[in-house]
Amino acid sequence: MTSIPSADQKTARRGTPLIDGIDKVTGRARYTADLDHENALVGRILRSPVSHGEIVRLDASKARALEGVLAVITGDDCPYTYGVLPIAMNEFPLARGRVRYRGEPIAAVAAVDAKTAERALGLIEFKLEKLPAYYTSDAARAPGAVLLHENKPGNLERDVHHQFGDVNQGFTEADLVREQTFSCAEINHAQIEPHASLAEFDPLTGRLTVQTVSQVGYYLHLMLARCLEMDSSHIRVIKPFIGGGFGARVETLNFEIVTALLARASAGKVMMQLTREETFITHRARPQTDIRLKLGMKKNGRITACECEVVQRGGAYAGYGIITILYAGALLQGLYDIPAVKYDGYRVYANLPPCGAMRGHGSVDTRHAFECLVDRMAHELGLDPIAVRRANLLQAPTRTLNDLMVNSYGLAECIDKVERASQWRERIGRLPPGKGLGMACSHYVSGAAKPIHFTGEPHAVVNLKLDFDGGVTALTGAADIGQGSSTMVAIVVAETLDISLDRIRVVAADTAVTPKDNGAYSSRITFMVGNAAIDAAEKMKSILVAAAARKLEARPEDIECVAEVFRVGSGDQSSLPFADVVAAALVDEGAITVKGSFTCPPEAQGGKHRGGAVGSTMGFSYAAQVVEASVDEATGRVTVDKVWVALDCGRAINPLAVEGQIQGSVWMGMGQAISEETNYLDGLPAHASLLEYRMPTILDSPSIETYIVESHDPFGPFGAKEASEGALAGFAPALVNAIGNAIGLNLNELPVTPDRVMDALIQRQRQAKIANALKAAS
Amino acid sequence: MHEPRRRPKKRLLRLRLNGRWREDAVSEGMLLVDYLRDVARLTGTKMGCDGGECGACTVLIDGEAVPSCITLASRCDERSVETIEALAAQGRLSRLQRAFHERLGTQCGFCTPGMIMAAEALLRRNPRPTDDEIRIALSGNLCRCTGYVKIIESVREAVGAGL
Repeated sequence: MTSIPSADQKTARRGTPLIDGIDKVTGRARYTADLDHENALVGRILRSPVSHGEIVRLDASKARALEGVLAVITGDDCPYTYGVLPIAMNEFPLARGRVRYRGEPIAAVAAVDAKTAERALGLIEFKLEKLPAYYTSDAARAPGAVLLHENKPGNLERDVHHQFGDVNQGFTEADLVREQTFSCAEINHAQIEPHASLAEFDPLTGRLTVQTVSQVGYYLHLMLARCLEMDSSHIRVIKPFIGGGFGARVETLNFEIVTALLARASAGKVMMQLTREETFITHRARPQTDIRLKLGMKKNGRITACECEVVQRGGAYAGYGIITILYAGALLQGLYDIPAVKYDGYRVYANLPPCGAMRGHGSVDTRHAFECLVDRMAHELGLDPIAVRRANLLQAPTRTLNDLMVNSYGLAECIDKVERASQWRERIGRLPPGKGLGMACSHYVSGAAKPIHFTGEPHAVVNLKLDFDGGVTALTGAADIGQGSSTMVAIVVAETLDISLDRIRVVAADTAVTPKDNGAYSSRITFMVGNAAIDAAEKMKSILVAAAARKLEARPEDIECVAEVFRVGSGDQSSLPFADVVAAALVDEGAITVKGSFTCPPEAQGGKHRGGAVGSTMGFSYAAQVVEASVDEATGRVTVDKVWVALDCGRAINPLAVEGQIQGSVWMGMGQAISEETNYLDGLPAHASLLEYRMPTILDSPSIETYIVESHDPFGPFGAKEASEGALAGFAPALVNAIGNAIGLNLNELPVTPDRVMDALIQRQRQAKIANALKAAS
Repeated sequence: MHEPRRRPKKRLLRLRLNGRWREDAVSEGMLLVDYLRDVARLTGTKMGCDGGECGACTVLIDGEAVPSCITLASRCDERSVETIEALAAQGRLSRLQRAFHERLGTQCGFCTPGMIMAAEALLRRNPRPTDDEIRIALSGNLCRCTGYVKIIESVREAVGAGL
């Protein structure tokens, strides 16, 4: 536990601009494509033109003979799989034997320039014998379907069957039981920076340096060692500036290994820049998901039971699939108090680009179904949607039925805030025709309490160095991908030492220099790296305090340090400035280096049931939001007029960044809700540009009024929890509920594009006509 | 396989880049974004898409915001081109840069140079834009991080600072 009040006093509560913000606004920030590659070779990838097929012939000899080509590689050059979970690495960097989706890499070229590389791709001869291809979960699961992976019958990557509490009894006790199905389209992260990787292999020393867009350099480092059969001490992975991630770059991506293989094969430096289309094909985003949800509810709004079946169309390879399908069930819990939960999840292989982790990983689509159905049942029972949520709140601290820890819980306050701010009570049901209000709640983990590559090591390590110059350098493996994690590290170190933020320099995500870190995923950095940074800063502080005590001839426990001045406690006037204390401390031991760490204890790492580690965390963030929307019944167009959102992030270490994260996540939820979807025509992506992938523009984007709720988590750094993901999942259901409120139409498909709204309106008219006709006939 | 290489036709391009006149031999089909990034080594201008979709490459030609990825370098002959690198030239941030930094109009930063250049063009022709005018001026620039909320706030702040 850390001293919350003193930290509160110290921070300017408006927040701190990013410590690398000036680099970004001046164009000085170097992203992977901006790195010096004047003399580098150009890498290009040959991709499969078919969705499913055996590679019967692959001949690169003509391409190899082309002048200016330094290397051509195929699946023969790497017999090792890569992936996420050690038990499910079933993907080769370049296909071997079989291709399973259109666009899968089958060969790659390094050449002196782009033109030559592209010519060489055209000279690679290959023959693919087509196999039946499956583009929907149903087709892939149908009896007799050809298996994508021989060891996975029914093309099922994983099925999950969990039951907690007595679901049957819950439904028996309910006054109202309803069951509905929902379908959510596949979407993509669409970070604005296209994928890129720069790899350099030095044949004289046998060392490999890779600079790339990875959110988790450590995983890439492991996979490079595996796929290139290299001693991992000879590998260095460096993260330059990264133009967004949102989960796209959590897992190791095929082009990253391919670029390294090309660098070794050509004994040089290779720059690989994927096009936007290839970036879409690389994918790893949120899968198309079908949900069947059944809830039981008492007349007072208490939920008595939840039964949920989820089918995710996962794409051609495992990736994060097992984790995603487990998250979808595990995070049915942890938001409300539900006495019985049954979950059946199916992760299906299909001949499409592999899905993976995307912001709100696994939780978003099931949360959507849940919050929609709760609203509809509230309506049927004549209850206010907000009152129903209030009737099902948890009491922290507690453990959920599936053994997840809930240590702090600010959801009630979040609900209060958005209810007041939106003037819910005054306005609900009183808006002009075509306008409606809807609300929903959501939550997310502050880091997975059990990491995927479980080694037993601490979850985070931060090193601090303080030297003659009076500057403190923080070394962290945590990848700042724009979310402001390096700024967070600087703030907690500065606050703990009570020194100026200007003294801190953060060196991040370079595996040769920074301690290992599990990277930017599952919103773990603030909680885990923040705690490790505080631990390191406290160790540094005790060294400085000891030096000051010797100098001031006082006991260390009597030394106070406030704003870079060390003094003997109240009454005594003798004091020392920071520089003198540093000088005194260096006399004792030279440059000061300390290490801080953070570990989630075993009791935080989830239940003992199979898959029970997924969803486990030290702290959940909580969010409530109200959406005001207009529906044009003539065109089916839905307009988001305004959003009010409150998020419990424990404590905002940097309120400015927290606001930015909340707004960004709500907006990303809005994209999924109103317009974003990926579509394939015979496996060919029909959305693979920023024009066809319809993310909202500034013209589509509403005002998002943001409220920060601080529940002071007992284990978070200064009480903090995550702020980047928790609010995302609430947007889509709040919008769909607002549409229901506006025109009485219950939509069960995402996104709510004009054509889907029109279809539903026409369907409703037809049903009304039939009902009228039947009435007339009787 | 040893066919003689065709030499690409080049012509001399003379333009004023970030306030300084310069001449370079560029191939006729060269895009302005490639000229800026590969020839002039100004990597502040970004490429986020396969052409004309995201606005990350926005620069000013004679003060007008243009996507440099669908503009031929040769079109800039005898014209003035400004990139993000020009704005802090006097050792201080421009009012837009300061506002984007302080109000968190930038998160990952990849769309930021293009966004700031599009806003710069707006403020030069319209020093007191309304929110709607800001939205219209930036509607060709995609951002995936901010939800645009703090981008609008940043431009608004810069407008206030300029009054």
